[in-house]
Amino acid sequence: MDAPGKQPVVRVEHLSKTFGQGTARVDALIDIDMEVYPGQVVGLMGPSGSGKTTLLHCIACILEPSSGRVTLDGDIVYDQRWLKADLRRLRLDKIGFIFQYPNLLPFLDGSDNVAVAMHLAGMRAGPARARAIELLNYLEVGHRKHALPRQLSGGEAQRVAIARALANKPRIILADEPTAPLDSARARIVMDLLRRIAVEQSAAIIVVTHDEMILDRFDHIFHLRDGRLESDVPAPAAALASPA
Amino acid sequence: MNLAYRDIRHNLLRFVLTNFGLSLLLGIVIMITGVYGGLIDDALRQARAAGADLWVVEAGTNGPFAESSRIPGDTREIVSRVYGIERAGSVTYQSVQTEINGRPLRMYLVGFEPGRPGGPRRLVAGREILRSHYELIADRSTGLALGQDVALGTRGHTFTVVGLMQNEVTSSGDPVGYITLRDAQQLQFELAPPASRREKARGSQSEGNDQINAVIAKVSPSVPADEAAAALSRWKHLTALTQDQQETLLSKYVIERARKQQGLIMVLLVIVSAVIIALIIYTLTMDKVRSIATLKFVGAPDRTIVGMIVQQALSMGVFGYFTGLALVLVFRPYFPRRLVLDVESVSVVFLITIVVCLLASTLGIRLALKVDPAEALASSG
Repeated sequence: MDAPGKQPVVRVEHLSKTFGQGTARVDALIDIDMEVYPGQVVGLMGPSGSGKTTLLHCIACILEPSSGRVTLDGDIVYDQRWLKADLRRLRLDKIGFIFQYPNLLPFLDGSDNVAVAMHLAGMRAGPARARAIELLNYLEVGHRKHALPRQLSGGEAQRVAIARALANKPRIILADEPTAPLDSARARIVMDLLRRIAVEQSAAIIVVTHDEMILDRFDHIFHLRDGRLESDVPAPAAALASPA
Repeated sequence: MNLAYRDIRHNLLRFVLTNFGLSLLLGIVIMITGVYGGLIDDALRQARAAGADLWVVEAGTNGPFAESSRIPGDTREIVSRVYGIERAGSVTYQSVQTEINGRPLRMYLVGFEPGRPGGPRRLVAGREILRSHYELIADRSTGLALGQDVALGTRGHTFTVVGLMQNEVTSSGDPVGYITLRDAQQLQFELAPPASRREKARGSQSEGNDQINAVIAKVSPSVPADEAAAALSRWKHLTALTQDQQETLLSKYVIERARKQQGLIMVLLVIVSAVIIALIIYTLTMDKVRSIATLKFVGAPDRTIVGMIVQQALSMGVFGYFTGLALVLVFRPYFPRRLVLDVESVSVVFLITIVVCLLASTLGIRLALKVDPAEALASSG
């Protein structure tokens, strides 16, 4: 899956993760290798318990791998005795995360839910709010900027969550079942949106999914089974849009 | 963007209701502080009202408040002749109970010599005692009005209220009244008619009534009070206490148990408040676990999370404290005992509230810091 002339934004090398010891030891991930290039949308698929979420946690700097290496946008994570605060900063600056459910902060309205990520990154309130509104307009939910999460529909809330993930212009976007709570039409809209973001912002997007209806939206699909990478295949979308 | 404020605004009703409950609790802490202050102030006020430099009492006693003291009525003449004594006055103290319109009225009566030290400090209505008999100056808390007649003593002598004072009560909360020394001695020693007849039938000599409880002396500014006290103590039947000694006796010994008890209640209330505040903050934090996990996942530093919890804890403390204080101030006139809330004690309670809130928030902070960012994923299904 090499993209000639480009450096991968996400590179995972010989990654393993085990939980417990002795008879209770579980090998959640075994010797995983993968690369994701700028502009690519890749799918991470596999049955429950196959290690998809664990892999996503390792890439998101939430979970430290037992062995192997993760390189995010040129930074080798964990290899350089990274402090917790450094990982948090890396997550804030370089990673955008889209949850299965929007996970919006219930006490902030639409625009503030987006602005909060920029506020945490140190941006001043005025510019943060202006960019939040710009993102909401881009995702076609600008008219809901003053609505609280409980006043938003599922699709609107998910788009606000996507706007939050994009707030700090991340190079890496991780999405955990982003289309699960949506009907197939809305799921396709969200996936098209992610494809557009990948191309326009030159971001690498990794999507964990079970939804076979959206397979044609991926450039590449990684299949996991029992913690191992079972297959690593180009998806139909790869033929439609090559990485930018 | 102030996340604590936004969260409070989002759950405003819950915040107000929770804080109202907290304000009642803090109001009780403030009230007990006021009662505590009132107890000490009342006790000292009793001694200070006399405006004495020296208290001359029965030898070997700590009278007249800590112990009973009885000395001859002519002691004042002796005291007046001592070097350095400017003025002196005889006083008696006694508790009486009577009935006014069918309601019991307890009063602490001070007998004094008009024109000499020991009389009422300041009147808020009426006049000084001008007649030698049956005039009374009483504290307003007695409920008596100017011109009202009150029957006192075993023979039911009628006293007329000629003056009123404000906030003159004893350490036990009884209002103070002033009558002439002669009237006070009569009330203290005069027997009821049947008892008097029986004494006469027994052939007993009627004992002289000219006894007092203490002599209050004003010392010349050029003479140290200690020196005058030492001179007075040369009389074997007398003891002279300085005003400072008398105040120490009152504040340290006479009201010691009550003071300690109220102090203990105050400490217990502060502990209960701390536990309740801690539980409230813990519960509020529990409600926000998912939001905290999301914030952490996004990249919020611990200080943002800690700041949010601490700010909410402090908001609760400040809101609860001032609402509690306002409630106490509004209802203060209806308390049976005086509440003394000086700036110092009120400020101390405020500082304690802030410290308690900070300490109580540690429980919520511990919980928040333990929240795994991955819970943002787990919670999503």
